[in-house]
Amino acid sequence: MNNRLINWFKFASPATFYPLAGKMIPWFVALSVVFGAAGLYLGMFVAPTDFQQGEGYRIIFIHVPASWMSMFIYLVMAFWAALGLAFNTRLSGMMATALAPTGALMAFLSLWTGALWGKPMWGTWWVWDARLTSELILLFLYIGFIALQSAIDDPRRADKAGAVLALVGVVNIPIIYFSVKWWNTLHQGASVSLTKSPSMAATMLWAMLLVALCFWMYSIAVALGRARNIMLERERHTEWVRQLLAGKES
Amino acid sequence: MLDLLFAVIARDLKLALRRQADLVSALFFFIIVVSLFPLGVGPEMDMLRKMAPGVLWVAALLATMLTLPRLFGDDYRDGTLEQLVLAPQPLPVTVLGKMAAHWLTSGLPLTLLAPVLGLQFDLSADGLLVLTLALLVGTPSLSAIGAIGAALTLGLRGGGVLVSLLVLPLYIPVLIFGAGAVDAAVSGLGFEAHLSLLGALLAGSLFFAPWATAAALKISLE
Repeated sequence: MNNRLINWFKFASPATFYPLAGKMIPWFVALSVVFGAAGLYLGMFVAPTDFQQGEGYRIIFIHVPASWMSMFIYLVMAFWAALGLAFNTRLSGMMATALAPTGALMAFLSLWTGALWGKPMWGTWWVWDARLTSELILLFLYIGFIALQSAIDDPRRADKAGAVLALVGVVNIPIIYFSVKWWNTLHQGASVSLTKSPSMAATMLWAMLLVALCFWMYSIAVALGRARNIMLERERHTEWVRQLLAGKES
Repeated sequence: MLDLLFAVIARDLKLALRRQADLVSALFFFIIVVSLFPLGVGPEMDMLRKMAPGVLWVAALLATMLTLPRLFGDDYRDGTLEQLVLAPQPLPVTVLGKMAAHWLTSGLPLTLLAPVLGLQFDLSADGLLVLTLALLVGTPSLSAIGAIGAALTLGLRGGGVLVSLLVLPLYIPVLIFGAGAVDAAVSGLGFEAHLSLLGALLAGSLFFAPWATAAALKISLE
């Protein structure tokens, strides 16, 4: 009866998770490349040219998956943070730290591609649309998390402080989203809206989903790789790291 | 519990009143920031009237943020904070008392001063009234949410700048509804909805922020 519990918690130790992550990374990289190639091929060559927007719309195959990932990664980060606070596991904090830069990257990518798309379509790089604004604030939240963690020297304190901040952030995200949305409708500011024609060709949807899977796999691979580095750095005084490094050198 | 709450508030108020320079400088910061805007954008009254709610609210956010390091900083340096955390009394209540004292020494003076500055921007009487009300309901949330950031950055290098990075994004809803209430009043629309939402934010932050702050304080003092 206890076996299952032990199996779960076995990989909560960096010493056992490190090799497991090392074995998993190539698979996720391979999946990411396959999904990415398929999704981009569908998106760039197979999907029909949009009636209104021409070829320029194809940037949404990067833009939409990046936005999805930026929001999803914050949730995953908060999940790891909560786990770390509840069970006081070292690995959870490392995972949250490892995810933050990828999440910030996705948020930035989403804003950047959005601006590139907005210039030809709306004639402006930026509008104070509710979604754009809340994505920008999400980027600020990521930056705050990273800045807080990098200002604290003691890694355990950095993990816990970051965890509290991530949880406060995740409670606030819906509040921020709705306040920005209401603010936007009250001000009647942006005359253009992001809501496009509801009917989307099936190939477009497939391409978008495939690229989203590609980004998902990429994020896992990169986060695991980063977590491996964090593990080595923080556990450098331990026996297993010493053995591992000695084994690599010989 | 209430005894503890009032004791903490009284103590913090007494300490704050013995350092009046700190209080006054935050207030003058508020006044100066607000007065810089007309110099930057020009003296046309029409534009200033439109900008007034946003300018006053942003300046209030910044002034509150500047006073945040003071919330726990002095107690942290002289070791009082450690004793407060070790004390058998519940830490969230202590923290709530400190938030209340912080609001009484930063948010409340800002609220009382704001109508005078609003006059400079030619706000109507309705606008001034709603501005004061909105600040009265909104600034306690600023103290409560800010306390989380202040507790997280306790004793860190560059804490002051860091606190702004953490706290300002979380202040956005308060800013939106606070400035929105004044905007609505000036343009003759109903402002009650905004005030209700500010009240909801206040209730939520007063409930959750003491716990989050207490957790953050424990982490910082480990």
